[in-house]
Amino acid sequence: MTTVKTIHTIPTGRTPMPEQAPQVRATNFEEVALGYTLPEALREADRCLECKKPRCIAGCPVGIDIPGFIRAIAQQDMRRAYEILRQDNPLPGVCGRVCPQESQCEVRCIVGIKAEPVCIGRLERFAADYAMAHFEAETPSMAPAGKKAAIIGSGPAGIACAADLARAGVDVTIFEALHMAGGVLKYGIPEFRLPKSIVDREIALLKQMGVTIELNTVIGKLFTIPQLMQEKGFDAVFVGTGAGFPKFQGIPGENLNGVFSANEFLTRVNLMRGFRHPEYDTPVGMGRQVAVIGAGNTAMDCARCALRMGAEAVTVVYRRTQKESPARAEELHHAMQEGIQFQWLTNPVQILGNADGWVSGMECIRMALGEPDASGRRAPVEQPGTNFVIPVDTVIYALGTRANPIIAKSTPGLKTNQWGYIELDEQTGMTSLPGVFAGGDIVTGSATVILALGAGRRAATGMLQYLGLRPAEASAEARAAKTGA
Amino acid sequence: MSTGYRIVKKEVYSSVTYMWEVEAPDVARAAQPGHFLMVRINEEGERIPLTVADFDRQRGTVTVVIQAVGKSTREMMALAEGDSILDFIGPLGEASHIQKRSKVILVGGGLGVAPVYPQLRAYKELGSTTLSIIGFRTKALVFWEEKFRAQSDELHIATDDGSYGHKGFVSQVLQMLLERHRDTEEVVAIGPLPMMRVCCDVSHPFGVRTMVSLNSIMVDGTGMCGSCRVTVGGKLKFACVDGPDFDGHQVDFDELMRRQRRFQREEQESLQQYEEECRLLGRTA
Repeated sequence: MTTVKTIHTIPTGRTPMPEQAPQVRATNFEEVALGYTLPEALREADRCLECKKPRCIAGCPVGIDIPGFIRAIAQQDMRRAYEILRQDNPLPGVCGRVCPQESQCEVRCIVGIKAEPVCIGRLERFAADYAMAHFEAETPSMAPAGKKAAIIGSGPAGIACAADLARAGVDVTIFEALHMAGGVLKYGIPEFRLPKSIVDREIALLKQMGVTIELNTVIGKLFTIPQLMQEKGFDAVFVGTGAGFPKFQGIPGENLNGVFSANEFLTRVNLMRGFRHPEYDTPVGMGRQVAVIGAGNTAMDCARCALRMGAEAVTVVYRRTQKESPARAEELHHAMQEGIQFQWLTNPVQILGNADGWVSGMECIRMALGEPDASGRRAPVEQPGTNFVIPVDTVIYALGTRANPIIAKSTPGLKTNQWGYIELDEQTGMTSLPGVFAGGDIVTGSATVILALGAGRRAATGMLQYLGLRPAEASAEARAAKTGA
Repeated sequence: MSTGYRIVKKEVYSSVTYMWEVEAPDVARAAQPGHFLMVRINEEGERIPLTVADFDRQRGTVTVVIQAVGKSTREMMALAEGDSILDFIGPLGEASHIQKRSKVILVGGGLGVAPVYPQLRAYKELGSTTLSIIGFRTKALVFWEEKFRAQSDELHIATDDGSYGHKGFVSQVLQMLLERHRDTEEVVAIGPLPMMRVCCDVSHPFGVRTMVSLNSIMVDGTGMCGSCRVTVGGKLKFACVDGPDFDGHQVDFDELMRRQRRFQREEQESLQQYEEECRLLGRTA
């Protein structure tokens, strides 16, 4: 290893990700991207220049030592690659699959200036999958710190917070409302993009670190936050309940039979395994001609699930253009490959129903992009006289979510903003209640898995300070805090 | 099943109606009249909303009354005392806002008799005069008569076929009581949607507030899926977090009854398949 790598010595093109063929995968729920083989991973790892001043790390909301783990892969020290990842990210197998690397670490990759950036996400996934297949998990032994923390919600924010606290010796209990741990990773993201077995094994590692997970526990109903702190002896609480309260548009016909929120549709398909009905009891109730409103990642998940559930035609309707679509480029690309149709610059005005109250069509209007609005994006403007009807029997709303009201309603003194999201003190990361912290979608509104992880880690830092414990890995924490958001 | 919630007592009220008393001390401690639960019996099971019919904080148990109408509820009926179910989640929803009324009429129809009971008891504890009406299709289906009698100043029983008590519907008895008791301050009506709707139609001209409990189709029961949405007073509400109790005079029952039929086809298929399996295995469905 004496030769210095330069942009001219490394393989130029990115190593392609092996995938199921679009026609095949559109009919099954198996994972679309198959993952690198060892030779593919080694080739791609070889493309990393191991920059002295890497820019990629600053793009990672949890501050993973990216050149470090890639170097370990190149040296075929997979155990170390995995350990480096796990230091900063309790969910590398998840993030390697669902992170928007193209707008985070990879967009800053120095190789990307002259050539295509290193496939950091694919390598992260490889290292995680390799470790899971080949190594026994090591259980780190921590000296008990004599403090108890409650985490509300077992989604990405809660998992990240729990991992950092457990590492510092805190006795951590996660309370999960549903019957399965993982939050949005379980109910939201479909099997073909994130197999549930990946989530389960990363959660199993969390349990090996000593974290207790209590399922079926709706905090705010079964116990309130004040009860957790006063009666159950928790010294600090983290609220990571997500923002899963579905939004509708408020147009006529939204309560017709055949209209779903994305949450309902995805929960029926994923969490309740409706795609295996009748083996599993929960029906999905989908028709044949499906419209999905919205063009984010959740919309793509709905559209692609609908296709796999046997829909004859699936149309995504979005009021702006493809360029403004919030979905990852890869998700859009995959959806298009699979045959999802797109109606850009189109907005629903009403959902039409038949005599029995079932959806029979969706009336839409064409839009044009006008002047930039407050957000700086060009605001879509209706084009009068362009109304038309899409013949559909199922409509799925994927327009994002709002804050769930249960925690706020049951926690006196917990300050929320006008949309119901929890307010934090910027210095300490604490809510208006002493010892109660929060992070993830319940603070920011709908965002990504990795941003929630970053928020969970920042909260853990604040909680450790609040509890008077020294953070276990001060440098990593500080890095996460600096680069997050 | 290593974990789970044990059915400590089971009573069968009819060929389709049964009661479970389930060991769930934390749920029993937090439960209030009006709350509901999400129940799932096994890995393949669906999450079913059931309204709390009773709770005993000393025993650490919660009681539900269930009607075997589909595959899951039939399967549940086949479970025995001592068996455990996988998930028993709650208490969910907003508890009933029970305040002292000088006189209140409580109406339970069929299975709805069960969730009316904790409200009746709460009103009685507050010192209200309680007039109860419980209705069933036929005498063989009657349950909890004595439980109701103990908490009611007047108890009226109605059966559709006249085999016991008044012949006819609970709504007819409600009409009679409202005429007789002009000082009634509140009506609580729980039962099948058509029954609740008729009770609301009956009480409306009297101007008496009428609370209903909506057991609409849900997946999570915590505000996430929106499957239970219902129009109340022209506004979109979620039965799981805004309800399940609502002012019945504001509820769009037409829409709700239509929405309750969303999964009829799949439910029918599941039931037929279950019955077929039971036949093949020589079990009674």
